Amino acid sequence: MPKHLISIHDYSREEILDTLKLAKEFEKNPSRPIFKGKVIASIFFEPSTRTRLSFETAANRLGARVIGFSDAGNTSVTKGESLKDTIKMVSNYADLIVMRHPLEGSARYASEVSSVPVINAGDGANQHPTQTMLDLYSILKTQGKLENLKINIVGDLKYGRTVHSLIQAMSHFSPSFTFISPDELRLPQEYRDFLTTHSITFNESRNLNQGINEADIIYMTRVQKERFSDPIDYERVKNVFSLNRSMLTSCKENMKILHPLPRVNEIDTDVDNSEHAYYFNQAENGVYTRMAIISALLGVTEL
Amino acid sequence: MEKQLKVSAIKDGTVLDHIPSDQVFRVIDILGLDNIPNQITFGINLESKLLGKKGIIKISDRYFESADINRIALVAPMAKINIIHDFEVVEKRVLNVPGTINGIVKCMNPMCITNHQPVETLFTTLDSQPNVRLLCHYCEKITDKDNLKIISNRR
Repeated sequence: MPKHLISIHDYSREEILDTLKLAKEFEKNPSRPIFKGKVIASIFFEPSTRTRLSFETAANRLGARVIGFSDAGNTSVTKGESLKDTIKMVSNYADLIVMRHPLEGSARYASEVSSVPVINAGDGANQHPTQTMLDLYSILKTQGKLENLKINIVGDLKYGRTVHSLIQAMSHFSPSFTFISPDELRLPQEYRDFLTTHSITFNESRNLNQGINEADIIYMTRVQKERFSDPIDYERVKNVFSLNRSMLTSCKENMKILHPLPRVNEIDTDVDNSEHAYYFNQAENGVYTRMAIISALLGVTEL
Repeated sequence: MEKQLKVSAIKDGTVLDHIPSDQVFRVIDILGLDNIPNQITFGINLESKLLGKKGIIKISDRYFESADINRIALVAPMAKINIIHDFEVVEKRVLNVPGTINGIVKCMNPMCITNHQPVETLFTTLDSQPNVRLLCHYCEKITDKDNLKIISNRR
């Protein structure tokens, strides 16, 4: 296994599958204090509720103690300490570091100066690999397989890091994609090239109903207001990409709707009680996958 | 009629020919030529069949490793390197853009860690011809030819 988890493409197909297998074991019995006496540093240079709590829950369920901070505001960073010095210091205290930082590439750099494993919990708009791992876990759990699935991805395909990482990760499992977005937020050329070189079929649409009845997974993302220079453009698209229950009447039975959360209005609340809604369970899966990732990086790959 | 050299010949050393005129000072910077004791002569806006106008730099008693000289390929991809011994060209080298580029180039992503903290940039060369495309090792964004900025050696 790699020593750190910085980008999802650091993990091979087999390493992804091994991690998901381990996560399944943790889901069967989430209280596994196998790391009593270990210290995990949870250092969040920018606020995050969901990811931080999920990691800290995972660490606690593994029996490890957690140190760290949830905001750089009252740390030595405000005194001008460099990231390198902070990481050097923390890696002397802890057995593993979970880090979120607003600068892109900060996690890769941290892994190069740290003496202990580093898990990237989000480096700006770049990577958020544990989110991708829990997305994969959710897909595997609901579909029973990862291979040959039809996946619709909706929303901000241009800036959405979860979308880009999911595309890279799923490329190991011969999916076929339908990308649905406003023109302004279309999937960037480099990812379209990536799919072409990996012989993965995809089509693009501006219609949310495109392929909805054939899809196994609909992956919704939030269209952020700040991505639009003209607020009128935002108002125009925000309701066009909103999924509601009436659209789901002819969907496949196994189809599940995923969303990295937080949601705004891209999924109507009337979908929440549908058997297709999976986004809240998806968040819960994050604890098991993070337990598996921490565990493997601390050297325990089998339970 | 005898051909006269605009920049006089050197006895021993290295000649960097066919440098775009506007890149001569960048080449000097990248190779750190402003900090060495050797005799250096150079010309700018000389006539060239290949480039129209060209620059040339002659460095006496100095030879470069390929890895070092290839660093200028980003700004002077057509440059020809002549190794001179006793006024004779004993070796001609062409440049290759290195597979990885350490330092030299600034990452174009303003949110990249390398633009905020003292971290040396590192790129993988995705394409070198005709247009350079470099993938940042840290932020994983691409810096292309149109956005290529050279980091000065001067501190």
